[in-house]
Amino acid sequence: MVVAQVRSQAQYRTSFAIDVVGSVLFGVLDIGSVLVLFRLAPTLRSFGFREVFLMAALAVTAFAAADLAVGNVERLRVYVRSGLLDAVLVRPMGVLVQLTALDVALRRLGRLVFGIAMLVIAAAHAHLPLTPRSLALLVITPVAGAVVFGAVFVATATVAFWWIESGEIANGLTYGGLNFTQYPITIYGPALRRIFAYSIGFAFVAYYPTLALLDLPDPLGGPVLLAYAAPLVALAAATAAALIWRTGVRHYRGTGS
Amino acid sequence: MAIVSSMWRGPLRARAYLALAGAGFRRHATYRQATFAAVVTNSVFGFLRCAIVFAVIDAGFRVVAGYDRAQLATFVWVGQGLIGTVLIWAPPDFADRIRTGDVVTDLLRPVDPVWQLLAVDLGRAGHAMFTRFVAPIAVGAIFSHLQAPRRPATYVLFALSLLMATVVCFGCRFLVNAAAYWLLDARGPQMGWTIASGFLGGLFFPVWFFPGAVATALIVGTPFPSIIQLPLDVLIERGSPAGQLALLAVQAGWVAIILALCRFVQRQGERKLVVQGG
Repeated sequence: MVVAQVRSQAQYRTSFAIDVVGSVLFGVLDIGSVLVLFRLAPTLRSFGFREVFLMAALAVTAFAAADLAVGNVERLRVYVRSGLLDAVLVRPMGVLVQLTALDVALRRLGRLVFGIAMLVIAAAHAHLPLTPRSLALLVITPVAGAVVFGAVFVATATVAFWWIESGEIANGLTYGGLNFTQYPITIYGPALRRIFAYSIGFAFVAYYPTLALLDLPDPLGGPVLLAYAAPLVALAAATAAALIWRTGVRHYRGTGS
Repeated sequence: MAIVSSMWRGPLRARAYLALAGAGFRRHATYRQATFAAVVTNSVFGFLRCAIVFAVIDAGFRVVAGYDRAQLATFVWVGQGLIGTVLIWAPPDFADRIRTGDVVTDLLRPVDPVWQLLAVDLGRAGHAMFTRFVAPIAVGAIFSHLQAPRRPATYVLFALSLLMATVVCFGCRFLVNAAAYWLLDARGPQMGWTIASGFLGGLFFPVWFFPGAVATALIVGTPFPSIIQLPLDVLIERGSPAGQLALLAVQAGWVAIILALCRFVQRQGERKLVVQGG
């Protein structure tokens, strides 16, 4: 199913070219913002360009990977409203699996490739030592981060099962989450940190791993162990999202649609 | 067709446009859930963007790129209010109509589709003023110190600026949709538009954060700042009163260019449809 999709997509050559340009544009946006800000300020709440660049790269890679894997779940709102979801529910494959296989966007793959390139450059720029520990962190962090983002995508899309028109709230958590994770969480107020950084777990996508990678102390006074908690947070997020999703599908089925 | 269209001159045509604007106003008054959700999203982004620009200015400056703290806060929160009023992102309805062929019925009417859609959009924007414009500003006023205009003339100038920004934004969205006449789907141009309007238009941070020459080139040479950056600069009274008028002049220029471009592209699209036997 996926291979057929990829082939049919590649046939649309103009669209493909635009998709590639689109990926590059997103990359320019992601790195451009950081560059522009540091043109004006030497540090952002005591974090320099080297650290923030690495954080942004980790965040962008995690987001792009999640977007590639489960990004289509945001279309749930359209399927619920148009009744297409009923056709999906009849098939024996899992609902989520079907939705995600429906549209493999080459553009999303391009964004991931750009993110990985950005990560490599950021790591080189920060003169990261090529120890097993750093390499492990560099690989595991975006994967754990992608799981966190993916969980947020699925959980927020589930809102469509209850309030069809409220889907846009999801953007605040998904794209807002991307924005949030690109910068050190010290720039945000305590309320914002409590919701985004700790409750949802966004602080573990890039901030704490970066502290670990660059051996920096946490200005917020958190214990060193937090830096390595990303996989556990990812697991918790995935479990929560799965539960929310299952409840949503059951509720939708139950309302006799 | 010529006989029919001559009937639509004068007061009858004006009434037609007013009716369309009224319909746009009423239709959008029913989207309550969506409006609430959008305002929540705007508020979240308001907090996030404020954090970023405050971190820049708190690096040790009183003023950064010509903005002080209150002006930055005003810039961010009124900017969020602008998003829903000028409507940066809307579902590509027109592009869908082009793809399915429904656009032919629009073309059979004696009213030009560009003006038709503009009238509806202005009605929508009028309604949005009461919801998506004021709500984020109210949130911002509660949590931050915003700067109100000091000169009474600024209110009038801002209203003018907002109107022109709405028209330029409509034009850009129209062009993105009209790409469907030639491309299989408008998703690519839509993506480019979303990124450009935010990054280059002043949504992520003021355009003046870019190097001076780049900022000036963007403001004069692209329509994006005319949608977000310029109305905000008029509002916070950046520079002298003459400076505000200069910004309005740039916007007026872009209104003319964009609308002319829309009419031109629409003509080309219609020609393509006819050639295809539509």
